[in-house]
Amino acid sequence: MEEIKIEATPKTPKVFFNAEKGHVEIRGRSIPENSVEFYKPLLDWLERYGQGPQPKTNVEIQLEYFNTSSSKCILDVFKKLEEIFKKGNTQMQINWYYEEDDEDMLEAGEDYETIVNIPFNKISIQEA
Amino acid sequence: MNLNIYDFYEKMERNNVLLSFKGEITSELLTSVLQIMETKMENLQEAPKIKKKVYNVLVECLQNLYHHIDEQPETDEIGAKTAMFLIAREQDGYIIVTGNYIMNESVNGMKERLDKINTLNKEELKNFYKEILSNREFSSKGGGGLGMIDIARKSGQKLGYSFVPVNDSHSFFYLNIKIRQTEDEKEIQ
Repeated sequence: MEEIKIEATPKTPKVFFNAEKGHVEIRGRSIPENSVEFYKPLLDWLERYGQGPQPKTNVEIQLEYFNTSSSKCILDVFKKLEEIFKKGNTQMQINWYYEEDDEDMLEAGEDYETIVNIPFNKISIQEA
Repeated sequence: MNLNIYDFYEKMERNNVLLSFKGEITSELLTSVLQIMETKMENLQEAPKIKKKVYNVLVECLQNLYHHIDEQPETDEIGAKTAMFLIAREQDGYIIVTGNYIMNESVNGMKERLDKINTLNKEELKNFYKEILSNREFSSKGGGGLGMIDIARKSGQKLGYSFVPVNDSHSFFYLNIKIRQTEDEKEIQ
């Protein structure tokens, strides 16, 4: 399966999805005006990955900013992962990183944690 | 032109306006404005907390304008596709003001939504946000009404707003958001 490697832009995050490594990573800013356009290929990739996932899937989400238009797309990513996780063929954990004093990003993680049924790990990091 | 430019400048100066704009709202404009504001806040040596809040709220306010204007009819004698915004730095925080045309028929619905948001406390806003996020279908463009809730959540203040009737078809919608600096941030300065 082709990996997805997208470099960050001022409005979109860095993305690295690799099926052989069972690695799903989104980092940076997600504030595009049209988030659906950006996230659609990522959701399609996850759909395909779900047909033969690795025994372990690592999900790394480290967002500096995201807009409300992305918040739904991010939930869609988690929902897609949840579908894969529920089939029981892969171990999964979402690592949600937030900067130490960024309470809003911590709260956003908590919001998702209560909606999505995947083990959710909130990790505080030092500011860059 | 019947405009005293010094008077205009002086008013902006007195109100600590950092940036103001009137015109068409494009994606490129928003990218530039966000970059300018980030640099300005960097130069003002703002604490990371308020910088993040202002940036977040600004993104939502500006993208609200961007998406909303898209819905306006193409030709219109009052220039319904243009909008304005300004950002000011006050003693105790930031002010973000936006102004745009809105169809008269949308005013009541909008007012109801804003009033509802303004009655909710922190916890209720969180629940309302989660409810919309997890249950409702979104349009391909916007955040399905999450924007205003997010602005209220992140600013921690009531949404200030008013509607000024313009003509038979349109009103001018004015939104005023305050982002307060917390006490510990003031001490850092």
